[in-house]
Amino acid sequence: MNKKVLYAIFDDEEILLESVKVLRSKEIEIEEVYSPFPVHGLDVALGFKETRMAITAFIYGCIGLSFGGLLIYYIMISGVGKSWPMNIGGKPNFTFYQNFPAFVPIMFECTVLFAGHLMSLTYFFRNKLYPGATTTSPDPRTTDDKFLMEIIVEGDDNKMRKLLKRNWCF
Amino acid sequence: MYKISKSSLILSISLIVIGLLSSIYAFIDDAHAAWTSLVFNNYFFLGISIFAVFFVALQHVAEAGWSTVIKRVPEAIMTFLPYACGIMIFIVVAALMHWNHIYHWLEPGIMTVGSENYDKIIAGKEAYLNPIFFLVRSIIYVVVWIYCAKRLRDISLQGDLEGGLGDKAYSKGITVSAWFIVFFAVSSSMAAWDWIMSIDTHWFSTLFGWYIFSEWAAIGFTTILLFCLFLRKQGYLQDLNQSIIHDLGKWVFAFSVVWTYMWFSQFMLIWYANIPEEVTYFMERIELPNYNFLFWFSAGLNFVVPTIVLMSRDSKRNSNNLIVACIVILIGHWINSYLLFAPGTLHDHGHLGFKEIGMGLGFVGLFLLIIFRSLTKRSLNIKHHPFLEESKHLHT
Repeated sequence: MNKKVLYAIFDDEEILLESVKVLRSKEIEIEEVYSPFPVHGLDVALGFKETRMAITAFIYGCIGLSFGGLLIYYIMISGVGKSWPMNIGGKPNFTFYQNFPAFVPIMFECTVLFAGHLMSLTYFFRNKLYPGATTTSPDPRTTDDKFLMEIIVEGDDNKMRKLLKRNWCF
Repeated sequence: MYKISKSSLILSISLIVIGLLSSIYAFIDDAHAAWTSLVFNNYFFLGISIFAVFFVALQHVAEAGWSTVIKRVPEAIMTFLPYACGIMIFIVVAALMHWNHIYHWLEPGIMTVGSENYDKIIAGKEAYLNPIFFLVRSIIYVVVWIYCAKRLRDISLQGDLEGGLGDKAYSKGITVSAWFIVFFAVSSSMAAWDWIMSIDTHWFSTLFGWYIFSEWAAIGFTTILLFCLFLRKQGYLQDLNQSIIHDLGKWVFAFSVVWTYMWFSQFMLIWYANIPEEVTYFMERIELPNYNFLFWFSAGLNFVVPTIVLMSRDSKRNSNNLIVACIVILIGHWINSYLLFAPGTLHDHGHLGFKEIGMGLGFVGLFLLIIFRSLTKRSLNIKHHPFLEESKHLHT
């Protein structure tokens, strides 16, 4: 069996979204869609699994929170073997919980920092966007104003072409 | 058209009866505590209804389309504003006539040198805190707020008939909304200073206006969300899709966090600086045994519960989950409203008990009755709004 890759190019995201729904209702596998901007509802229409980014964000946030807590505990309370805890403004500085309000901003910022940065890195890693990466899009117009749908067809591709034409792509 | 179901009517009327009975009992039993209870319950519902006006204005100036389907809900909620404002003005007038003693700085002789009541710090604030100016300010806020609410309601109905953008109702709405938001930015802060912060006359916080606004926003969004869910369950608002509910859930979550941010910023700076004239406010709330539990408990309800319950996407799309979270948030903010007033007026003999809860239930009944009645007056199906289709097909 010979396989062919069809590129269907659209110039409107609504038509693209409609075509994706039509093709999926005919149980045709869509390999990939390239778009210059995120299209609302496309991920659902393509039947993608829901992103797990939120879970990673939660985990990174927890790591950041614990890191911030440990950091501030080490700096302000314990020191090395309780050697140099800092006393600022005569606040009670022997236990963590008595100082807790003053530590909240640091722990909060660490949470945000870790969640934000590690999430971006995870996103790049998952999409293989390392430095020097080149685009995987087959057509540079998808970075401007065109939407591209990639379909792999086995055997006769005329039927597919007709179907796509009927759905206003060109 | 919305029709009040029999059970809703019975519920709201019986709540009003409970409220009336407990108010009468409260005023006979301890008038000072009863006035405090009245002012804090009224503040709570005033906040919800003025926020509904702000919400509609915000949608206008942002030219937002997502909320078109639900816009009858805030429009109905804002009809409670005249009642809440009327009670507030009544309380202010009563305070000026010395029928109640909510505002310590209104005591006779407190600003005259040589009087036994003389208080130097309060006398220093006479330029701002004097009876005439206080009354005039209160009336100005209330009149402008009610006028803007009325205008926005009328414009919305007019827009339903005309439709479209341009110089028609829609752009008139933007003008009114823009002026309202500018006025509200100042007046919400000033109302918070006048009606709430002046109770603890010696103390002041520059964050206070924002703190109160964030609370109004949290309870306002919560109420709008609850009414939307209620109406959909009753079979109205069939265009309301789960994405709009999701967006409202995000607002509730976001403003719960904003409220916590304000609450904590105010608390932490005062705790850190530890200056006697500032810490008195929190000393009363934390050290007195009758407020200590409520203080931490309300912060827990208002922050910890929404954070845990509303964080994930699925939970904001689950109506039952949202209803539980919203009711918890409303209770938490209701307790917090009590703590804004009671420690300053009642000091160490304030108790959040059945009288306060009864009066609160009475307000809930009145609030529900008035909003149900105004929901019946206009069709819940919006027509000819320029962003109606966008709202129907909202997708997040």
